[in-house]
Amino acid sequence: MSAAPAIRVRDVHVAFGEHKVLRGLDLDVRAGEIIGIIGPSGEGKSVLLRAILGLTPCKAEVIEILGCNRLDLRGKELRNLKRQIGVMFQDGALFSNLTVRENICAPLREHAPGSNALHRRLADVKLQLAGLPVTAGDKLPSDLSGGMRKRVALARALALDPAVLFLDEPTAGLDPISAARFDTLVRTLTDALGLTVFLVTHDLDTLHAVCDRIAVLKGGVVADLGTLAEVQARAQGWIAEYFGGPRARAAGHGAED
Amino acid sequence: MKPRGSSEIGPGLRWEGSPDAPVLVPSGPWTVAWLGELEGLCARLKQPATAVDLSALGEVDASGTVLLLGTLAKGAATPGLDARADVDRLARAIAQATAEEPAPPAIASGFGVRRVLARIGEAALHLGEEALGLVSYLGQVLAALGRGLVQPTRLRWHAIFHQMEEAGLDAVPIVATLSFAIGMVLAYLSASLLEQVGASVLTVELVSIAMMREFGVVLTAVVLAGRSDSAFAAQIGAMRMQREIDAMVVMGVDPIEALVVPRLLALLVMVPLLTFIATLAGIMGGMVVAWVNFDLSPVLFLSRMQETVALQQLLAGFAKAPVFALVILLVGTRQGMLVGGTVQSLGTRTTSAVVQALFLVIIIDALFAVLYLELGI
Repeated sequence: MSAAPAIRVRDVHVAFGEHKVLRGLDLDVRAGEIIGIIGPSGEGKSVLLRAILGLTPCKAEVIEILGCNRLDLRGKELRNLKRQIGVMFQDGALFSNLTVRENICAPLREHAPGSNALHRRLADVKLQLAGLPVTAGDKLPSDLSGGMRKRVALARALALDPAVLFLDEPTAGLDPISAARFDTLVRTLTDALGLTVFLVTHDLDTLHAVCDRIAVLKGGVVADLGTLAEVQARAQGWIAEYFGGPRARAAGHGAED
Repeated sequence: MKPRGSSEIGPGLRWEGSPDAPVLVPSGPWTVAWLGELEGLCARLKQPATAVDLSALGEVDASGTVLLLGTLAKGAATPGLDARADVDRLARAIAQATAEEPAPPAIASGFGVRRVLARIGEAALHLGEEALGLVSYLGQVLAALGRGLVQPTRLRWHAIFHQMEEAGLDAVPIVATLSFAIGMVLAYLSASLLEQVGASVLTVELVSIAMMREFGVVLTAVVLAGRSDSAFAAQIGAMRMQREIDAMVVMGVDPIEALVVPRLLALLVMVPLLTFIATLAGIMGGMVVAWVNFDLSPVLFLSRMQETVALQQLLAGFAKAPVFALVILLVGTRQGMLVGGTVQSLGTRTTSAVVQALFLVIIIDALFAVLYLELGI
């Protein structure tokens, strides 16, 4: 592991009115790892993701991605940083009036000038890397199943070959088989493309299958951080309940087989 | 760690080695940030490479690898490609993902006379379908209205009053202002022409009859077609996109009864009222112009109007109000119900709601004119 973290945040505060969601959160994500963010609903997992991306206003000392403090960047530098980041939103957030291929081409058109034919060719490769046939490229997002839409969203997030990938609940709403396939896909792509992945999830199977480390969000800060085994070993209270429930045992059992 | 793709020296590509056994040497960064330059470099290559030397290669990502693989000869493994672990890993992943499928056949682009004729035919068929669809929708709405009138407890009174305020009361200022302006224009035009033959007092009849029979009701309908139809189509369309309409159907709530009937009843009440306001405002506009510019006092104007303009003229205008109300409602809500899953269809449906409603209002008004002529009204 290289010494410099891919994402470094210090003292992040987010409040909606009186309700404080994040209270001085610190977190380091190492380059090349997949970090899973877990926590009870409403504890600010997605808020943290949105705060790091700058979609939710927040007070913070440092929000550093790939060594650049996002809070200091303006204009062209910020644009350059955004090119290094891929995001897959929970419901895909695909542009509904564009075809799948045009969706994947959209970030390329914006950030990487080149001929249409080349953009199409690269989009098709990304589509195939995400495990979809090239023929899906001409369809509209509304014609696809939920699992396929997630794959298109992943392909679009990868369009600019980002160094850091943010995934918000990538397996939510998928059947167990599709979810397992998606987990494998994320793992293989991360290894092949050398990505750093920031993954928000509720899915215990995903934690088992893909995450190198896990950060537990509780009370507006990172309550625990470590490998799955470490976190499970010192689990107390909510975390113990989370890992100790019947669904967790099933997932753990599956991983040991 | 510096962001990738921020280096200043661009990528390169050159041949080395003997002419018999040339070796392709890519250099510098081969990343998506240099996509335009890379495409140019690869396009200039005359022949596919059979061997590569990666020693000068800088950063590389998946897009760069795709381009690099594109310069290689197909088939046999290329010596030198496995020199860099990251390139090898990317190349393997891409080769594996793209292995099975052949490139899709190019889609023939449709231009030419045949395509034009086909589009004209499609448009004509579409027109017929729209007319049929509108009539069958009318039937559905009337059936739902009938159910509501038989059992008034089924009617959603709250929604009816809400729509009366939104589509009716809130439209009063614009309808009144526009009619006032039209009344003024009518008075100017007629008075200045009639003055030449010494009959400027006939302005009274011209303005009041025109406002009563035509402009009051048509202006109201046109304003509502623009104002309320876009709102109806967008509201109901957004509900369809969020699958709220589907939720209603599975709950056993008839969407037409819940969404369309309240709007219909609201419009049936409000369009005649707005027509009345529009007519009054228009006559007032004409009266002001007659008084200020042509010395025709309001007292004279009103007494002459009472003497010479029959009540029938007002009723002839009012008779159209419920018909226009029905047309506006049918077109707006139907287009909303037809919205599909995409943002684009919401846009096209809202547009066609307004366009169809305007078209039908004007055409139906012309039909009424013919009808009144035949009836001698």
